[in-house]
Amino acid sequence: MTDTTMESVSTLFRPGTSDKEIEAAALKAITARKRTVLFWQITILVAIVGLWEIGARTGIIDPFFYASPSAIGARLYEWATEGTTEGSLWYNLGVTMEEALIGFFTGSIAGIVVGVGLGQNKLLSDILSVYIKAINSIPRVVLAPIFIMIMGLGLASKVALAFIMVFFVVFANAFQGVREADRDMIANARILGASEWKVTREVIVPSAMSWIFASLHVSFSFAIIGAIVGEFVGARYGIGQLISIAKGTFDAAGMFAAIVLVMMVTLVAEYLMTLVENRLAKWRPQQSLDTH
Amino acid sequence: MSDRQSGPPAIELINITRRFVSPTGKSLTAIRDFNMTVERGEFVAVVGPTGCGKSTTLNLVTGLARPSAGEVRLMGAPVNGIDPRVGFAFQKDALFPWKNVIENVMAGPLFRGRSKAEAEKMAKDWLARVGLSKFLYHYPHQLSGGMRKRVSLAQTFINEPEILLMDEPFSALDVQTRTVMHEELLKLWAERQASVVFVTHDLEEAVALADKVYVLTAGPATVKSVYTIDLPRPRVVSEIRYEQGFIDYCKTIWEDLRQEVETSYRRASEAA
Repeated sequence: MTDTTMESVSTLFRPGTSDKEIEAAALKAITARKRTVLFWQITILVAIVGLWEIGARTGIIDPFFYASPSAIGARLYEWATEGTTEGSLWYNLGVTMEEALIGFFTGSIAGIVVGVGLGQNKLLSDILSVYIKAINSIPRVVLAPIFIMIMGLGLASKVALAFIMVFFVVFANAFQGVREADRDMIANARILGASEWKVTREVIVPSAMSWIFASLHVSFSFAIIGAIVGEFVGARYGIGQLISIAKGTFDAAGMFAAIVLVMMVTLVAEYLMTLVENRLAKWRPQQSLDTH
Repeated sequence: MSDRQSGPPAIELINITRRFVSPTGKSLTAIRDFNMTVERGEFVAVVGPTGCGKSTTLNLVTGLARPSAGEVRLMGAPVNGIDPRVGFAFQKDALFPWKNVIENVMAGPLFRGRSKAEAEKMAKDWLARVGLSKFLYHYPHQLSGGMRKRVSLAQTFINEPEILLMDEPFSALDVQTRTVMHEELLKLWAERQASVVFVTHDLEEAVALADKVYVLTAGPATVKSVYTIDLPRPRVVSEIRYEQGFIDYCKTIWEDLRQEVETSYRRASEAA
């Protein structure tokens, strides 16, 4: 993409223009483009929120079902300052985050370990593949009632659901990543003197890492889904419980407020994960192109 | 070649046969009744038609693959697993893309239990020898093909292999870079006096570098003929190709090789 920008700029110049001038003009063009992108992003947001608000006030959109941005904002403010019917908002948010984070970390670690292990053992993976496919074809959310029946209304049942949602995604990617590891590279490490364990740690896991990271992005939102669905089915605290109560009282603003909250949390998590990934994957060629 | 150390030859392949069995149970013979001897300090090139099993012979020497019949001996002893005296240069570069240049070169000594400081010192020394001292902290994707190849050579040579196996290592490089790499390889080889098996499909490359050229038959591969290249050393690869002796060798060996190449093509087109 940067290439095309550069070219279209440089064609405007007559022979004899110095590199500095060309670079300055190119920099200007890049800044202008960034501004255009940002401008339209903000414009679209303002337009949608504005139309929603106007629609709700004029009655085109029924605020009973669809609430309105101002009502959602007011509800969030009220929750943040005065607390919800179920106690402090932060406590509820904390409960959901705790469930999601524990599920996310245990699920990813287990997924990586099992994926890397099975990826290297052809016989075992051939034997188990049929069971993995079978379990994988169960829609995970149907497990929520069972987990709640077994583990009760507390933390454990939600963690279990988040875990199972994360595990399969990470596992499948780690497994595939191991399978795709370059054979020459593995042979090279062996001949250079690496033990089996070193080959796994220094060649197979790093080459599966880009696959694993791709799955970690999705799987954090899966962990949140697991926690919230678990709370729908049965819980005392948490964002899912807030949504459930809002539904019971026909409180549309409350439901949307909870959704906005979850959205913001997931975006922050996504951003943090990208930071970590960029640090770990600084060797990757596409990274230098992605910085614009 | 008179100052060669005494003792058993560096590599002996004795009546080797190697069969592959596909998952459906079909068997394919890659090499049959294969005999080859590489003396210590000798540079042997192996040429043959594409897909005839040249690379398979190298894998047998590394210990990554086992012969279906016959025996492979290194320095007089049978091969048993991966031998630490062996170094291998791959066709496409097998550098670790997540390690930078110096970490790639340090990998060998670290795998073999050297301390980090020691490995770093050795790696810097080898990278200086291949002219990459200014690129220690670059990642492989930031280097040109020729530079990556030099890193690979440093990575292989740092373990000081007594036996060096090379599988068309320069085939992906452009002609100028390849000539430069030939010079560097001969220089490194002259310093170390390792025994080299160099697999290539490029006959001129083989004659320019080697003491002996093995011509293989179309698959299943077996040795068709062996030529001793009696050109003086040190050789200047960029100039040697204009010498009459060099041209004569190439002509003779090509006559021999051409029949096999034609057989190989005929079979491929019949199969298709």
